[in-house]
Amino acid sequence: MTWLMESADYLAVVLRLVLSAAILLTVMPLTIYLERKGSAFIQGRPGPNRAALFGVFRMGGLAHVLADVIKLVSKEDIIPAGVNRFYFKLAPIIVAFIPLTTFMIVPIADVIRLSDTFATPMATLQLDGGLLWFFAMTSLSVYGVVFAGWASNSKFSLLGGIRSTAQLLSYEIPMALAVVAMMLTYGTVQPNEMVRAQGELLWGFLPQWGIFLQPLGFILFITCAFAEINRVPFDLAEGEAELVAGYHTEYSGMRFGLFFMAEYMALVTSGALTVTMFLGGWQLPWLPTERLVADAGTLMPWFIGGAGLLLGAASGRLIRHYQEYTRGRWGDARDFEPLVFSALFALGFIAHGAAAGWVWGVVKAGEALPGWLPPLFAAGVQISVFTAKLLFLCWCFVWVRWTLPRFRYDQVMDLGWKSLLPLSLFNLLLTGVLMLQPWGREVLPVAPVVTLGLMWVWKRYLVPSQARVPATSRLVVGEEASA
Amino acid sequence: MSDLLARVSEHFGDRLIETLQGVDMPSLRLRPEALLDVVAWLVEDGFGFLTDLAGVDYLKFPKAQPSRFAVVYHLYDMASGRRVRVTCPVGDDLKVPSLTGRWQGADWLEREAWDQYGILFEGHPNLKRILNHHEFVGHPLRKDYPIRARQPLSENDALVDEMALRLRARGYVLPEVERDLLAGIRGSDHGVEAAPGAPSHGSRGGSPVAVAARPVGQGRLPEGADLHAELMFVNLGPSHPASHGTLRTFVALDGETIVAAVAEIGYLHRGFEKSTESQTYNACVPYTDRLNYCSAMLNNFAFCKAVEKALGLTITPRTKAIRVIIGELSRIIDHLVCIGTNLVDLGALTNFWYFFNVREKVYTIFDKLTGARLTNSYGRVGGLARDFYDGCGADILVVLTEIEAAVAEVETLVKRNRIFLERVQDICVVPAAMALSYGWTGPNLRATGVDYDLRKAEPYDGYETYDFETVTGTVGDTYDRIFVRFGEIGQSARIIRQALSRLPEGPVMVEAKGVSLPSKDDTYNNIEGLMNHFKLVFEGVKVPAGEVYDASEGANGELGFYIVSDGSGRPYRNRCRPPSFMSFAAFPDMIEGHMVADAIASLGSINIIAGELDR
Repeated sequence: MTWLMESADYLAVVLRLVLSAAILLTVMPLTIYLERKGSAFIQGRPGPNRAALFGVFRMGGLAHVLADVIKLVSKEDIIPAGVNRFYFKLAPIIVAFIPLTTFMIVPIADVIRLSDTFATPMATLQLDGGLLWFFAMTSLSVYGVVFAGWASNSKFSLLGGIRSTAQLLSYEIPMALAVVAMMLTYGTVQPNEMVRAQGELLWGFLPQWGIFLQPLGFILFITCAFAEINRVPFDLAEGEAELVAGYHTEYSGMRFGLFFMAEYMALVTSGALTVTMFLGGWQLPWLPTERLVADAGTLMPWFIGGAGLLLGAASGRLIRHYQEYTRGRWGDARDFEPLVFSALFALGFIAHGAAAGWVWGVVKAGEALPGWLPPLFAAGVQISVFTAKLLFLCWCFVWVRWTLPRFRYDQVMDLGWKSLLPLSLFNLLLTGVLMLQPWGREVLPVAPVVTLGLMWVWKRYLVPSQARVPATSRLVVGEEASA
Repeated sequence: MSDLLARVSEHFGDRLIETLQGVDMPSLRLRPEALLDVVAWLVEDGFGFLTDLAGVDYLKFPKAQPSRFAVVYHLYDMASGRRVRVTCPVGDDLKVPSLTGRWQGADWLEREAWDQYGILFEGHPNLKRILNHHEFVGHPLRKDYPIRARQPLSENDALVDEMALRLRARGYVLPEVERDLLAGIRGSDHGVEAAPGAPSHGSRGGSPVAVAARPVGQGRLPEGADLHAELMFVNLGPSHPASHGTLRTFVALDGETIVAAVAEIGYLHRGFEKSTESQTYNACVPYTDRLNYCSAMLNNFAFCKAVEKALGLTITPRTKAIRVIIGELSRIIDHLVCIGTNLVDLGALTNFWYFFNVREKVYTIFDKLTGARLTNSYGRVGGLARDFYDGCGADILVVLTEIEAAVAEVETLVKRNRIFLERVQDICVVPAAMALSYGWTGPNLRATGVDYDLRKAEPYDGYETYDFETVTGTVGDTYDRIFVRFGEIGQSARIIRQALSRLPEGPVMVEAKGVSLPSKDDTYNNIEGLMNHFKLVFEGVKVPAGEVYDASEGANGELGFYIVSDGSGRPYRNRCRPPSFMSFAAFPDMIEGHMVADAIASLGSINIIAGELDR
C-alpha cells in the first residue's frame, strides 16, 4: 500500500493540474459566450444564435464558441512574407502560455484533508513564493506582445506592440504595489493563506475580504488588471479603429485564435486573482472550511437540495420556453431542443434530490457519513463559490468594456504614472503604518477615509488644481448665438 | 442692374467683359488679368467666403462664348447674405491666376479644375490631380473626352511629393526619405535630419478675417518638437477600419504624434458630373442619391430645387412640407450615423447600436414611402415621386420618440464621461477663420461658432415658417462637432413635429406641361398626353439656357448645384458643390501636431462621406 500512498501524491498533482486547467479552459469559452451575449444584451440585439450542433442544438448561442474553434483551427495559416518566422510563431505561444501558468497558483478550494496522512492543496502550484510567481509570469507576457509587434513587419503591429509594451510595463508597478499592500495586510504571500485569512470576521460580522480591508487597493488592482489584459478602456494596443488590430494584425487562423483565447484566459486569470485577493477567494462568507467539514451532515442536504432546486427551476423554465416559443416553430427537431435540455436538468434535479435524501437519511439514522465525503463536499462548495464569484467578475469586465470609450495612449501613461503609482505607493505606506498598531487589521478600513481626506486637502489647499475640468456643455442654441 | 454690379463696373470699367443679373445672383464676367484685383475688391466689399470654384467647357455650347474654358467662382457675403458669381474666361494658354493665397479651400478646388479640365492655376503650390488617378491621361470633364473611355491604371501614388512639401515646411530635409520612399523601402528605418536653422512654426493662429492665408502645410507642431526624431510613415487608409469610406491619409509620425499629413482622395470617384451631363434632369436624381448616401433624399431635394430655380418653378405647399419632413428625417439619420461611428472610433461601441437600431426603423418608413431603403430617388423636378402613404405621419411620430430616447440614452453614456470628454475636448481645434478659409459649412462650421445655416440664411421650402434654432459650438473641437449634431437632431425633430401638425393637403407635383408627366388617363387615352409623356421622358424637362447656382442645407453643409443649361433637357454642366470635399481639404492641417488616435476621432467628427467627397 505504500506505493499507492506515494503515488497518490503524484496522482493528486496530476489531478490538480487537470482540474485547474479544466476550470480555466471551461470558464474561458463561457466568458467568450458571456461577452457575446452580454454585449448583445447591453446593445439591444439578439446576439449569436445561429450555429447549431447537428442542426438542432443551439444551446442559446453556446454552439458558436465551438463553431469558432473549428473555424479557427481549419483556417489557412498565413505567414506574411518578410516576417521573422521564429518570433512570429513564438509570440502567440508565449501569450497563450502565460495566463495558463499564472492561473496555477490560484486556489480554487481549501486544502483537502482526506485522511490524517493525505492532504492536497487545491492550487496546482503550491509555491512558497506564492504571488511572486504571479509577478514573474505576468512580466513575461510582454515578450509575446513585443515579439508579435516586431516580428510581423507591419507598422500597425509595431505601433500596437510599442503601445502595449509601454502600457504593460507601466501598469505592472502599481499593480505589484497594490499586491504588496495585500501581502502586508494578511502577512503572507501564499494565496491560499490569504484566502483563509479572509474568512475571519472584521468587527465580528464582516468577512475580512480584501475589498473591505483594502478598497483603494482593490480599485488600483482592478484598474491595472484592465490595463494588463488590454481591455476597454485600455485596449489601445488593439484599438481597432486606429491600429487595425494592433500587434496581432498580421495573424490569421489558429495563431490569431491563440491571441484571442489568450485574451480571455488572461481575463479569467486576472479575475481569479482579484477574487482570490479581494473577494474572499473560495470562502463562503461565515462558513469556513472547518465548519463545512464538521457540519457536513446538516449542511449537505440543504446545499445539495438547493442546487437541485435550481436545476429543477431551470428545467421548468425550459418547458415554458418550449410552450411559449419553440413549439411548432420550425416543424422539425429544433422545436424540441428546450425539452432535451429540460430533461437533462430534470435528471440533475432527481440526482441531487436523491443524494440530499440519502445524506438526510444517513444523518437521521444517526450514522456517520463516510470520512472522505465531508472534505469533498467542502471542496465542491468552495469550487462552486469560487466559480460563481469569478463569473460575476468576468461579467463586470464585459460590462465595463461595452460601456466606456477608449483612452488615448498618453492619457493611459498619465493615469498610470501620475495617478495610480503615487496612490499605490501611498496605499502601501499607509497599510504598513496601520498594520504596525496593535489592533491590526481591525482598523485598516480607515485607510480609504484617510486617503480621501488627504486627497481632498491636497487638491484644495496644497496644489490648487490646474487640471482642467472638462466642461459638460458648451453649445449655444438659437438666439444667444447671434448675440 | 443691382447696386453691386453698378459699383463693380464703375470701378473696373472695361476690365470686365459683361455684368449680368442672373436668376440667382449677380454675375460678372471679367478678363483673366483682372481676376485677382476684382476678387480683392469683392473681398473688401464683404464677399469673404469662397463657396465654390468650378471649370466649364463651352466647346459644344450653342451660344458663342469668349473662350472655350472658363472658371466660375461663387462668392458669398456671410454678414449680409449676398452672393456673386465671377466668371473668368481662360485664354489659350489655359492659365488662370491661383487664389490659393487667399483661400485655403481654393487649393483642392483648383486641383479639381485642373484635373477635370486641364486649367492651369498659376501660383498654385501643388497643382496635381485630385479625383482622378495620377496615371490618368486627359481631362475627363472636357466635352471632347468620350464618356465611355476607359484607361488601365495600376500604380499607387506614393504621395512623396506632397509629403516632402509639408515636411520641408517644417524644417525636415528629406532627400534620403524621398529616395527610400520612392524605392519602396520602409521609411521608418531612416532618420530625417532637420536642416540647421530651420524655422519652427508656432501654433496655428489665423487672423480674425476669413481670408487668412497660410502657405501649404503650416500646421501645428507641439512646443519643443524634436526635429531630429526618426519619422515613421504610415498610410491610414484607403482601407483602414476608421477611414469611413475609402480615404487615404499618409502621415509622418514622430512617436504617435503626426508631424505631417497628406490626404489623397478619389478612390470613390465615379464621374457624377460627367455622367449626369448625358442624362435628363429627372434621370439625374438617382445619381444624386449616391452623393451623400447617408441622407440620400436631401441630395434629391437639393438637386430638384436647383433645377426648379432655373425653371422659375414654384412647388406646391404639400411638396414643400413633405420635403422638409423627409429632409429633416434624413438629416437626423445622417447625424446618427456620424455620431455613432465617431463613438466607435473612440472605442465606445454600444452607442452605435442604440443609434443604428432606430435608424433601421427610419429606413423601414423610407422603404414603405419610396420603395428603397438607402438610395431612395424620391425627389422629382417640380415635386415628389409619390405622396405619403396612409399613416406615414403617425409612423414618423413614433420613430421620432424612439430617436429621442436613443439620443438621450447615448447622451447619458457620454455627456459626463470623463474619458470621452478628455478624448474630444480641445482636440483638433479648427478656429472659425480657418474653417471659413477652407470653405467649411454645415455642422462643422457651426461647431466653430459661425452661425451659418442655409435654412436660416436663405430659407427655402418654407423653413422661415418653422420655429427652430441653429446650434453652434464655441471652440471648434471634436467635442463641438459631435454635440452640434446632437443639438441638431433635437431641432430637426422639432421641425418635423411642426410640419406634420400642419401638413397641407394638395398635390405633390406642379401642374406644368413641360415639367410634370400627364396623368395616366391622359397618357393612354389622348394622343397629346402620350406625346407629352414621350417627350418628357426622352428629352427631359427643358431648362432655359443660362446658369444657376442653388444651395440647400445638406446634412454636412451647403450642398450646392451649379447648373449650366444650353436650353435642352440635359444639363450642359452639372457641378456639385460637395461640403465633405471642403471639410476633408482641411483634414491634414487639422490633425498635424495631434496623435493618431485624435486624428481618427476627428475624422469621424467631420463626417466625410466618400460618395459626396469623390463624386
